[in-house]
Amino acid sequence: MGILINKNTRVLVQGITGHEGSFHTAQMKEFGTDVAGGVTPGKGGSEVFGIPVFDSVKEAVEEVDPDATVVFVPPRFTADAIFEAIDSEIELIVCITEGVPVHDMMRICAYLEGSSSRLIGPNCPGITTPGGSKAGIMPNPIHLPGNIGLVSRSGTLTYEIIDLLSKGGLGQSTSVGIGGDPIIGTSFVEILNLFEEDPATHAVVLVGEIGGTAEQDAIDFIEAMSKPVIAYVVGVSAPPGKTMGHAGAIVSKGGGTAREKIQAFESAGIMVGNSPEDIVNKLKNIVII
Amino acid sequence: MDLYEHDAKRIFSKYGIPVPAGDLVTDARQAGEIAAKLGHVAIKAQVLAGGRGKAGGILTAATPQEAVQKAERIMGMSIKGLTVKKLLVEEYKKPEKEMYIGITIDRKARSPVFIAATEGGVDIEEIAKSSPEKIFRTHINPLTGIHDYQVRSVAYLLGRADSASISDLVRKLYMIFTDHDCMLAEINPLVRTSGAFYALDAKMVIDDNSLFRQEFAQEEEDELSALAKQHGMSYVGLDGDIGCMVNGAGLAMATLDMIEQHGGRPANFMDVRAGADEEQIRTALQIVSANKNVKVIIINIFGGLTRCDEVARAIAGREIKIPLVIRLAGTHEEEGRKILSDHGISMAMSTQEVARRAVELGHTH
Repeated sequence: MGILINKNTRVLVQGITGHEGSFHTAQMKEFGTDVAGGVTPGKGGSEVFGIPVFDSVKEAVEEVDPDATVVFVPPRFTADAIFEAIDSEIELIVCITEGVPVHDMMRICAYLEGSSSRLIGPNCPGITTPGGSKAGIMPNPIHLPGNIGLVSRSGTLTYEIIDLLSKGGLGQSTSVGIGGDPIIGTSFVEILNLFEEDPATHAVVLVGEIGGTAEQDAIDFIEAMSKPVIAYVVGVSAPPGKTMGHAGAIVSKGGGTAREKIQAFESAGIMVGNSPEDIVNKLKNIVII
Repeated sequence: MDLYEHDAKRIFSKYGIPVPAGDLVTDARQAGEIAAKLGHVAIKAQVLAGGRGKAGGILTAATPQEAVQKAERIMGMSIKGLTVKKLLVEEYKKPEKEMYIGITIDRKARSPVFIAATEGGVDIEEIAKSSPEKIFRTHINPLTGIHDYQVRSVAYLLGRADSASISDLVRKLYMIFTDHDCMLAEINPLVRTSGAFYALDAKMVIDDNSLFRQEFAQEEEDELSALAKQHGMSYVGLDGDIGCMVNGAGLAMATLDMIEQHGGRPANFMDVRAGADEEQIRTALQIVSANKNVKVIIINIFGGLTRCDEVARAIAGREIKIPLVIRLAGTHEEEGRKILSDHGISMAMSTQEVARRAVELGHTH
């Protein structure tokens, strides 16, 4: 089980012929993902690792009928690639690209309203359902099938947490990176809702960062959940007014510090870990594996 | 990226938003020449920091002589750590009424929000806290742009008698906001004086991600951040002594937090970004070690597209006087570990361990 993707999910790769696109296509195949096709305008008719490449998403839909698409195209062309996927009614769009302009993201999010698509990202590592499928770029060997759901704004930090969970015998139902940008397609709450409804998920790890109020916005929902949630927020040492790598990771005058977020979780009685190790230890105490 | 007031005013002016006549000077004496032409002037420090007025960086002068004196006083002063090197000298406008209009991005609503207030010249965040009823907000659908009824509601709030001129300003500000990929476009204060409106101050923050399609010369506050950006990396200087080189922003922040948890102080934040190759890692190492306070350097890589063997090759066989504490995990981890151990370098197994070891090493150096 798990959420968003499973072993039957047919995945399309937009930007399949690029450096990152082709590398991660090979990795996804190795993981067991059913990569049904790829899109690179102008390269239609060719193949990448035996996977057919199309000129447009529309053609790919007609030929291989994908359920999801993973977008690797560069920032200049990302918005167009996502609009194309929405217009082709692809259910799940996972955008890996970092550096998409915020104004493009606002238009995309408004366009998504009322469409049949869901967008994960951008600037995210994608989704992995261990033992099922991977639509993204998380390293293959770190995952272990199990019943912990993970949702995170980070990339490599997520890998470290998954790795420690797996080494500690805590497998994952699905791990989702929602992205480190100020405006993203899917929020913490929407993913938490999917985990709450997923019988294979018994507990959830939420990894947040400085900037915005996405963590606080999830509190009401977490309080109403039947499953335990443990939160971890990084950037306690971040100075105000500086973008810490991720476009969305900035403490502004309006707030967004890690301490505010941690405090908000704690005063709502939500468990908080102070390191990846701490998360694993605390989880071990509450989860029956 | 923040724009200087004078750059933002140039853009405002191009779009037909009235700004006071004036010019930019780099020499205090030039302020006298401008004052001779304009009469009563305002002299404004051009630095990318708020609170210039409170810091004494904005003064007025009635005569050319006074303008030179005041300009000399401001030039070279330090405002929030930034040295004043340029002044904007412009016609002084005595405000009859000060207001606020601005457009920013509401992350939660995922759309632009137009903000207006009947009070201006002060910090909008402060008004928002002290008297929220004075602030008007309206969200804009990014696909349709601002609607006429929204423009009218701002205009009626700020002055029914002047609704035509205010509507015009509101529309122009929204055009500036979208045309320049702004995170913020703000007029604070917008003043009314002798029946006319002027943007006395102008603030624009441009989305860094849009710079491939916007023509702004990026000005970095320090050399190391600028160098890192040139190479597609992100660097923020901090005041500790443990240098950090990490791939991924979240992992980099977690590394800094753990250094502090172990009682150490990070010297910098650095995200080398995904897919860093040997060359990139070498450059990153140069940037981190260029900070003279650095006593020990952490290299913490969890490779996806970044390959551990490439990172190891960039480190191994290089003469670095500063001790390194290294953790490599992920793609080609075994190969990376082997290259390092062949060179007698040991590896930490987690972020926790790399942070702890670096803090211990820092104490003994």
